[in-house]
Amino acid sequence: MKETWIIARRELKSFFNSLMAYILLIAFLGFSGFFTWIFGADVFMVGQASMQSFFGIAYWTLFFFIPGLTMGLLAEETRSGTIELLLTKPVTDWQVILGKFLSTLILICVALAFTLPYYITISTLGPLDHGSVWTGYLGLILMSASYISIGIFASSISKNQIVAFLAALLIGIFFHIIFGVLAGNSGGWLGNTLNYLNLSTHFESISRGVIDTKDLVYFLSLIAIPLILAESRLATRKF
Amino acid sequence: MDIIVENLTKIYGTQRAVDNISFKVHTGEVLGFLGPNGAGKTTTMKAITSFLVPNSGTIRLGDYSVTDQPLEVRKMIGYLPEDNPLYNEMPVLDYLKFVAQLQGIDKSRIPERIREMIKTCGLEGEKHKKIGELSKGYRQRVGLAQALIHDPEVLVLDEPTAGLDPNQIIEIRDLIKAIGREKTIILSSHILAEVEATCDRILIINKGKIVADGTPENLRKKAQGQEMLRLTIEEGDKDAVMKALQKLHSVDWVNPVAGKANRFDVQSRPNESSRRDVFDLCVQNKWVLTEMTVVETKLEDIFHELTMN
Repeated sequence: MKETWIIARRELKSFFNSLMAYILLIAFLGFSGFFTWIFGADVFMVGQASMQSFFGIAYWTLFFFIPGLTMGLLAEETRSGTIELLLTKPVTDWQVILGKFLSTLILICVALAFTLPYYITISTLGPLDHGSVWTGYLGLILMSASYISIGIFASSISKNQIVAFLAALLIGIFFHIIFGVLAGNSGGWLGNTLNYLNLSTHFESISRGVIDTKDLVYFLSLIAIPLILAESRLATRKF
Repeated sequence: MDIIVENLTKIYGTQRAVDNISFKVHTGEVLGFLGPNGAGKTTTMKAITSFLVPNSGTIRLGDYSVTDQPLEVRKMIGYLPEDNPLYNEMPVLDYLKFVAQLQGIDKSRIPERIREMIKTCGLEGEKHKKIGELSKGYRQRVGLAQALIHDPEVLVLDEPTAGLDPNQIIEIRDLIKAIGREKTIILSSHILAEVEATCDRILIINKGKIVADGTPENLRKKAQGQEMLRLTIEEGDKDAVMKALQKLHSVDWVNPVAGKANRFDVQSRPNESSRRDVFDLCVQNKWVLTEMTVVETKLEDIFHELTMN
């Protein structure tokens, strides 16, 4: 556990040293702020004290930003060879993977924490369903964790960061939208399966304020499976 | 701490990178790994450091098995990989701290260990710089510093002096020798003179197999067998001198060296030395002997002979 945290802290520092973290924070706050307050289906147009417009925007911006954060996590280490130094230190492969996962998740949580003023402001504008705001944040965190996990897997299959980025987007887009579209076009057991695979089904049900075990199981498996795959990829030591 | 490698085999696809090799390294010994590119040096080292899992065979560090107790083993090994990969965006001090923490050094001792490493490896002027800004020689020192920071029992250095200038090479060699008195060190190199200067024992490996094992002197003796002299004899007729030399009891054969001067290569019979006889012959004939050198078989020749077939 201590080792995981040491690795996570180094990754976090490296996010901030390479400007990556600042770009993410500025772009994320810029986009979400712009669409929550100024443009499109913003708070004033909806005319309701609700965070739904923010969650809708964050749902998409995080989808695009997370692969940018995760693409280098393993690809850059295998390209430069530093993975060899890391894995010959007294740490397990799992500690390396989890450390990297944790660092990105912390960064996303920091970005989300910066949007808490939106929540405070909106809550002064009218009656707000506080419960659904917190579950909405929980939904965003679970969704981010899933995409981080997919991103880490994508980063483990290539030495090239761009390949890792595109692979993460490609895998992600299925869960983000394609399964949902397909589910709408097909019925029966296939439609049900696709609907269950669709991330937004679960995200919406959580962000409406309902925390169902079914949704939690979905997110936890979507987090665990890519990490397990990434770990087994790392264990082959074929870089 | 002894390193015991037994029947180690590592296969990449269809190629046997390391083919059933066994050797031991004792505490206080500096072992030099020699071999052409692709001979299996790096693979063997990666297996010892637990980075690669061998297809078969066992590696032990003292009482610990590398494959079964990798975490314990990694705590006792300092490793400098080939090409010395480092996090370029990190400052030297931060990096050393990171490695010290990962190695599980007690928190209170970390600053002291870092200070010591900075001093030992001569990084005082560079410690605040980012690693990516350092010259190759300083990068190599950072690589050594991270390998030594937890005061490991075993050091595995893959081409530690690659890309350094002659002064730096001498410094690093002295450092390795100083450390090597108490620790077990394995280092690899292409440079024969370097291995000869730093190592107590040499292991030559070719196509995944050990082809020679011994001290530099032993290897030389083995390859040499018979004594070989180079002579220059003045004031005598070349043919006459040659005939007289051939008649000597202790001389096996004589070979004139091309050129005007009376120079000869003389090989003695096995287990005999012809040096006295040659001298006496020259005195008898009033020839002037201006050169008599024992031609040493160079390590290069041994290396060449062993790895070319």
